[in-house]
This record gives sequence, C-alpha cells and structure tokens, in this order.
Amino acid sequence: MAMLEVNNLYKSFGKNEVLKGIDFKLEEGKVISIIGSSGSGKTTLLRCITGLETADKGVITVDKRITFNGDSKQKLTKAEKRDNQLATGLVFQSFNLFPQYNVLDNVTLAKKLMLKKELRVKKASHAEKKAAFDALVEEAKDIISHVGLSDKLNHYPCELSGGQQQRVAIARALIMSPKVLCFDEPTSALDPEITGEVLKVIAGLAKDGRTMLIVTHEMGFAREISDEVIFMDQGVIAEQGDPKEMFVNPQTNRLREFLSAMLKA
Amino acid sequence: MFWTVTQSLFNGFMTTVELFALTLLFSLPLGLIFSFASMSKIKPLKWLMKTFIWIIRGTPLMLQLVVIYYGPGLLGAGADKLLTDLTTNGSEIIVALYEWWPSFGIFVANATIDVLEFFASFHTYDRFISALVAFVINYSCYFSEIYRGGIESISRGQYEAGQVLGMTKAQVFFKVVLLQVVKRIIAPMSNEIITLVKDTSLARTIAVYEIIWAGQRFIKSDGLLWPLFYTAAFYLIFCGLLTIFFGKLEKKLDYFRS
Repeated sequence: MAMLEVNNLYKSFGKNEVLKGIDFKLEEGKVISIIGSSGSGKTTLLRCITGLETADKGVITVDKRITFNGDSKQKLTKAEKRDNQLATGLVFQSFNLFPQYNVLDNVTLAKKLMLKKELRVKKASHAEKKAAFDALVEEAKDIISHVGLSDKLNHYPCELSGGQQQRVAIARALIMSPKVLCFDEPTSALDPEITGEVLKVIAGLAKDGRTMLIVTHEMGFAREISDEVIFMDQGVIAEQGDPKEMFVNPQTNRLREFLSAMLKA
Repeated sequence: MFWTVTQSLFNGFMTTVELFALTLLFSLPLGLIFSFASMSKIKPLKWLMKTFIWIIRGTPLMLQLVVIYYGPGLLGAGADKLLTDLTTNGSEIIVALYEWWPSFGIFVANATIDVLEFFASFHTYDRFISALVAFVINYSCYFSEIYRGGIESISRGQYEAGQVLGMTKAQVFFKVVLLQVVKRIIAPMSNEIITLVKDTSLARTIAVYEIIWAGQRFIKSDGLLWPLFYTAAFYLIFCGLLTIFFGKLEKKLDYFRS
C-alpha cells in the first residue's frame, strides 16, 4: 500500500477546471517532485492533498486513511478534518512563520496547544504537564538542530534570513510528524545564493527516508533527489517517470518545450 | 477662587474620565463583535451590520445623544396616549375585526394593548447611562471598522499555516492573528481613543455634569469665563498621558514585524 494515493482527482474554481483527473501513488520513503509551468495545477494539487482546498471529485488516501472522498455524502466534522489535515504537512513558498513567536515557539506552538487539550482531558497533574511540555521542547530543539538552527532558538522571524526562515518552517512542519511532507515551491521566494541551504535540508530529509512531495522549479534539484518526477500540464499529468530518464529523454513535446524554456531562464 | 474652580473642574473631570473608561470597557469588545458581524458569511447579518454602521457613522454623535436620551421618553408618552385613546374610545378597526371573527378581534385587541403597554413603560432614563449607551454604540462602530481593516490586512498564509498544523480557527485567531492585528491598529486606535476623550464633552448636550458643564457653570454663577478655558489643561494632561501610554505599547510590540 502506498503512503499517498491520489485517485481521479478533479477540482474547478468556478468555470476554470484546474485538475482534470489526477492519479498517482507515492510509496513510503520515496520522493516525488512535481514540475510544470504556472497554471498547470501543481499548487492546487498540493493544496487539495494538504486539505487547504476541497477537491470536487476523487479520493485521497494517506497511509491507508482516506483523507478525502469526493463520492462520500457524509460531512466531516471540523475535528475529523483537522485530523485528516495532520496526516500531511506543508511548507509554503512564503514561509508563513508566526512573526510574534521566536523560533522555538514557532515550532512548538501547534503541538503545545494540542498537548494542552489532551492533558486537560486526561486531567493530568501539574508534574505530568511539566514533563510533557519539557519533552516537547526537547523534541523541538532536536528538530531545530536538524535544520541547523540551534543557535537561533530565541530569534524572531524578522531577525532571520529567508533561508533560515524556511528551515524553521520545515522544522515546524516536521514536529507534527506528518506521514507525507509537502513543499510548495520552497525556494521560489529566496535569493538564488541561499536556496542551497534549504535544498540541503530537504535532501537530508530524503536521505533519512522521509516521504515527500515537492512542487519545484529547481530542475537540477528535482533530478537529484526525486525517485520520480511528475510533469503536469493543463490539469493533467502529462508525463511521469524516472527523473534521469525524463530530463534526458522527454517523451512529450510539452515537456521538451518546458525543459528548454527552463534551461534558457 | 482658583482652588474652588480647580476642585469643581476636577469633580466634573471625574465624570469625564468615568464616561471615557466605561465607553472603552464596553465598546472595545463590542466593536470586535461588530467587526465579525460586518465580515460575516451570513449575508443578511453582514448587511444589517453595515447599514447600522452607516447610520451611526453617518449622523452626528450629538444627535445620537439627544435621540437616545429623549427618544424613550417620547416613545413612552406617545404609546401612553394611544393606549388611553384606545381604552376610552375603542377602535373601529378592532370592532370590525371582532364582528368578522370574534376570537381574532379579541386577540388583536389584547396584543395591541400589550405592545402599547410595553412601549408606554419607556421613560426618560438617567442622563449618564443615556450618554454611555450613545458613546458605546457610536464608538463600537468606529472601532469595528478599525478592527476589520486590521483583521483583513493579515495575510491568508497565516491562517493556512495554522490550519495545516491542525490548529482550530479560534486558536489561529487568538494565538496567531490577534496580536498582529493589535500591532497594526495601535496608531488608528490611539487616534480614535484620544478623540473619545474630547468627544465626552458632547455629553454636555444632555446635561451630564462633566468638566465642560462644570466650567460653564462659572459663567452663569460668577461671570467668569476663564474656568471654561482652564478645562483645556485637564484634557491636555489626560491626552498627553494616553499618548505616552500608546507610544510605550507600540515600543513593546516592536520586537516583531508583520
């Protein structure tokens, strides 16, 4: 069973059909990169998978759990939607860190709120609470050191470079232990000379065997770390396959055009 | 004389401060509720709120004070008159209804009397309370527009970031968005709050004994004009303190940029 399975997914905004039947599987521990020109639907696909958009039709399964079923009439409660959402994580193009919290608090905030609720339900004692929160802080510090920012724990987002902010955003997504970690053009908002530090972190995660889905414009990077590449064009998967194959020997005209345009840029 | 005047003005000023503080106490949260209503996805609620804000912002506060102070009394007197008229002279319409369908006629008669009795119970309320109600309504509308501007200026990415981390809407609003909104609206809010300090003088219109009233009293009783001018000192000091406070608050939130 694949870690992520997308079946026959459709999504329109008004009359504009953005996704026209998307099918693919992502196996555990593998990395798929999605490439394609803007307007091809790749970001919408990612937003449907992470629950930021609700697709019109189709099924999305994450780790055997159906997180979206377009055929089901049954309405999900808000809590169920939130649970489904936690199956995936998302790193945004524009980081979207919480500006009033320092690095450590950015990473711990969501999990802390969740933990608080759990502990209240369990009627945990003061000591138990303290132990739980201390453990959370330790976990966060560990993850932050993983993205190489141990010396920035108490810094606020406005004091960090774009690359550092994006690494904090990755740490923030990781602490929720998503089954599939998604990236929406994680380096597009960065200066070219600092994309490297973010790509290195993502490559490290790939090596650790994290299941990831990456929308990117970095062709060299996609080729290096992906097990598979999906080329999207006008709402469908136009080509899919081994990156080394695809970049050298594109089968469709559209991909050929796209790749040559990317090379010129 | 100077000491007497100062003391008298100070007493008036206490009423001014009380009106100011109570107005803020109620209108700050009420304004937030108004702003949610004016951004609501429920169209009728949204338009009702927008119309209400239009009326309140589109008419002078002085007029609102007069309407809220004298309105209930007028309404009560009018209803009372109608009630007396109805009970002494009867009503041809109700008689006609009764002849057409007796039980319906009785029902209409009773309902009319109940409604009239309810309105007839309205009378003129305490001046200070009336002024407070007018100020709270007026300022809630202005605050709600400032809140709305602040809330709508927060990028969608902040909400989405919270959402993908499994936070509830309330958690995102209170833990993530609110402080950023506060930071962004400090300048327009301090403006409005400083305006409120001086707007309280409008309560003079319905003879609330605030500081302007206290100053004007000396014109009649002693033929002195300077006590009225002297009130400016109280306003200046109070507004100066508020300015310092808001400056400090702004500095305190300087640690982050959003």
